[in-house]
Amino acid sequence: MAINETQRPDIDRIPVSLTVNGRTVTDNVPPELTLLDFLRDWLGLKGAKRSCDLQVCGACTVLVNGRAVSSCTFLAFEARNAEVTTIEGLAQNGELHPLQQSFIDNAAFQCGFCTPGMILAAKSLLDQNHHPNEEEIRAYMKGNICRCTGYKKIVEAIVAAANGD
Amino acid sequence: MLRPFKLHEPTSVDDAVSLLGRFGEEAKVYCGGTELLLAMKEGLLRYNHLVNIKTIPGLDEVGYDQGSGMLSIGATVTHTALEHSPQIQSHFPMIAEAEGNVANVRVRNVGTIGGNLCFSEPHSDPGAFLLLFDTQVEIQGPGGQRTIPLAELTLGPFETCLEDDEVLTRILVPQFPQGMTGAYLKFGYHARPTLGVGVSVRVEPTTSDGEHIERAVVTEVRVAVGSAGPKAVRVAEAEQLLMGKTVAELLPGSNGGESSNMNEASRLAGRAADAMDDIHGSGEYKEHMIGVFLKRAFAKAVNTRQPTVQSPLS
Repeated sequence: MAINETQRPDIDRIPVSLTVNGRTVTDNVPPELTLLDFLRDWLGLKGAKRSCDLQVCGACTVLVNGRAVSSCTFLAFEARNAEVTTIEGLAQNGELHPLQQSFIDNAAFQCGFCTPGMILAAKSLLDQNHHPNEEEIRAYMKGNICRCTGYKKIVEAIVAAANGD
Repeated sequence: MLRPFKLHEPTSVDDAVSLLGRFGEEAKVYCGGTELLLAMKEGLLRYNHLVNIKTIPGLDEVGYDQGSGMLSIGATVTHTALEHSPQIQSHFPMIAEAEGNVANVRVRNVGTIGGNLCFSEPHSDPGAFLLLFDTQVEIQGPGGQRTIPLAELTLGPFETCLEDDEVLTRILVPQFPQGMTGAYLKFGYHARPTLGVGVSVRVEPTTSDGEHIERAVVTEVRVAVGSAGPKAVRVAEAEQLLMGKTVAELLPGSNGGESSNMNEASRLAGRAADAMDDIHGSGEYKEHMIGVFLKRAFAKAVNTRQPTVQSPLS
């Protein structure tokens, strides 16, 4: 017999404590709640987007302890005790993150739907590899899909951000 | 949308086995979830209980025994951890490179080797390239532990020989024999490869400069094909055709020639893959391309000092 959410005892929920963009969040989550739904519906952080829902497109990319994950297929309870970073957490004191500024300066987006995931994926790359070459950028970013710009501007924006331009 | 389920987090394999035994078909091992959760979201699989084995201490460890040359990989080790493991990079560079090409970085950060093998998605790269190593898997159940060849684990698409109350705990990968080098090539335009071909080969005499390699004789060779059919397989008939031949006999292409043995091995490898029609191409196309990639993988394997893989065309 299937478990019904309305008859589910509270004991089935999982206590979690994590930081989201530096802020401590403590809650009890059902095990099937995805990180994407937790961020968007519970915390109101709409930056991560649902698109393919299959871990292919990268629109829902967020960072968990600095590593890029597809939040659409990552269970919220798995982020317990972790540091989660979303696009909303990059700007500091009203100042855009260098990657955000670089995407603007290099016209690296059109509709912008893929941009939060692109920037977070790029951040996880640059945090591991401060000066990747173009081949390394393309290999790392191949799992993030953009249907507008054709990637050239995106790669240029990442190179520029890495070079501090 | 994921249907509600109850999560269990055992702290030992014994506890996991007993939970799986208690809930039977209503339960499944959760070991990364990159494939299982997709199938559950789509309603293709329904479980009321998931047993998270990632919380079991020790299953996330990689160990290499220099003396025996045996690599031991815990079931919950992620693809990213394999790609970056210093032991795998130095002793199994082919595995490190191939793992770095699995799916995309987000899947590699979360997906595990045990989950990948147990889900038995036919387009699994590890399921193919690990066959080049005579890989064994350790399985624990209520009656104790058993070790079986990886080739016997997978029965077909999404189907393994595991019982409902068994857990795959470790993957054991023996080092190549001295002098053997390998290459794993995959081909495809999407995250899932259309086909994967692995060849490992030992030739004698070995040369350090590679200049006289064409006179060397194949003394041991392994051929594995995957992603195109229901499961990855070793192709013994193709291996037999390559044994005892010189590199020049098998790769006469630089002189404009054709090798009947290589052509026949390619044909048999394509046939053995049991290629299926799908969105990646027709079975006939894949069968042909496996032959093409067998020649390339063989050439790459004999011409390399270090085992290598080639990135997919994506």
